[in-house]
Amino acid sequence: MSIAARLDPSLASAEAEFHAGQRRKAMRRRIMPLIGIGSFLCLWAGLVYGLKVPPFVAPSPYAVAATLWAKAPMLFENLVPTMIEAFSGFMLGNLSAILIATTFVHKKSLEEAFFPVIVIINTIPVVAKAPILVLLLGNGMEPKIAIAALICFFPTLVNMVRGLQSVNPQAMELMRVLSASQSEIFFKLRLPNSLPYLFSALKIAASTAVIGAIVGEWIGSTVGIGALIIQATYAFDSALLYATVIVGSCFSVAFFLLITLIERLTLRRHGPADQ
Amino acid sequence: MTLATAITGIAASRGDTASAAIACRDVTVRFMTESRVVTALENISFSIAHGAFLSLLGPSGCGKSTLLRVVADLVQPSAGTMQIFGGTPEEARRSRALGFVFQDAALLPWRTAIDNVSLPLEVGGGVKLGPNDPTPADLLRLVGLAGWEKSYPHELSGGMRQRVSIARALLGGPKLLLMDEPFGALDEITRDRLNEELRRIWVETGTTILFVTHSVYEAAYLGEQVLVLSPNPGRVVECIAIDLPRERDLTVRETPHFVQIAAHLRAMLGKMNA
Repeated sequence: MSIAARLDPSLASAEAEFHAGQRRKAMRRRIMPLIGIGSFLCLWAGLVYGLKVPPFVAPSPYAVAATLWAKAPMLFENLVPTMIEAFSGFMLGNLSAILIATTFVHKKSLEEAFFPVIVIINTIPVVAKAPILVLLLGNGMEPKIAIAALICFFPTLVNMVRGLQSVNPQAMELMRVLSASQSEIFFKLRLPNSLPYLFSALKIAASTAVIGAIVGEWIGSTVGIGALIIQATYAFDSALLYATVIVGSCFSVAFFLLITLIERLTLRRHGPADQ
Repeated sequence: MTLATAITGIAASRGDTASAAIACRDVTVRFMTESRVVTALENISFSIAHGAFLSLLGPSGCGKSTLLRVVADLVQPSAGTMQIFGGTPEEARRSRALGFVFQDAALLPWRTAIDNVSLPLEVGGGVKLGPNDPTPADLLRLVGLAGWEKSYPHELSGGMRQRVSIARALLGGPKLLLMDEPFGALDEITRDRLNEELRRIWVETGTTILFVTHSVYEAAYLGEQVLVLSPNPGRVVECIAIDLPRERDLTVRETPHFVQIAAHLRAMLGKMNA
């Protein structure tokens, strides 16, 4: 209870009312998504049982849950290579995007020459890039990593160039008045300024890297979430297909949350996002 | 008291001596835009002595900020010479003789107040503080921010942010402080208080100050001299000495003498817009 409330009892009840309201709101924020997911599962189960959908077309939620439980070790075995590919691709794609953004910002002519090439490569759909890279890099993890890297690369490059360039012009003048060198301007001004932009790109990249790895596994692969999706589809094992998809998206969500957590810890000092 | 005795009109003296803090001689600045050539400043000449406080007054578009940037070596004059302490603006910049306060405080949002003040120590070869030089903490105290060292810019008010940027500009004891409408974005109450504090800081540090403003009151209250510029292109209209007491507080603005000075300055600005 605040001091003001202790002096005035009518304030105390207003304060209690306010806090109760806050608690209700917090509770609702937690419960509403659960109700949403629950009703979606009910609708799904209702449709499958009600319309008597055969199991090779679509499984019931119960069948999917049973498969998840029974085949957990096998699903996990297939998740590991996908995780490695997505993570390696994420690192490779983003690191090269950061390096190229840095050179673009310092050498305008390079940006003018190569940005169009990058845009053209980016317009090729992933499903079209995948066979090209499989032919180039073989059947191992390399083409999957390359696809995951390529898919991460473009959003990070664009955001990073913007983050490095959109420096407060007066802060830039300040650096010149202080006779700062190019590398000092980069490390003390441009790079910290780009971090919020970088993290919004990394959050996109976290989920797209997983997509890249899975699409890469569709072509001539025997392990991984992508390969399992193809196998389950051709075997009309819809329960396994759905279970695999769920495992893949759980990994995607976990990866996204990890990046969000790192972002929060890194950008705590940057103040509110609107600054 | 007549206006003639109240205001000592001094002709913009031809920048002659090397002993002046700033000697500006026939400086012209032209910018090329895609369609035409814009003359921002034309044949500007003035000089100010060591330890002076000069206000640069003029309507927007008169090139006063550009003039400040020529002094700071951020803009190169198209013609004429600018001498700072007998050398070029570049020498002055490299020897860290200049402190610059921008209109927007231009603090780095990821650095605390004290780390923002310390920035000049970390870049450009840095200034080395002697044992008797004020530290960043001393300067924050000087601008009235003791206890706020660990705060981030987004936790400070606009006035406090501008105080931090003044402390940063004062680090290393620059001989010349350049201020580009530093209080223009602040509310009047904060602005008045900072005006008073800036006078105090000027008296305490003895730094030469060049202060750009479009406020008649600010120019007359702060400056020992006011250089009035006209727009399109920027030309010196008049340089007048403000003969108010050295130790002044804001109440000086209510004296008849100050009102006369302000009226005179306002009349000059009014003629330009006509």
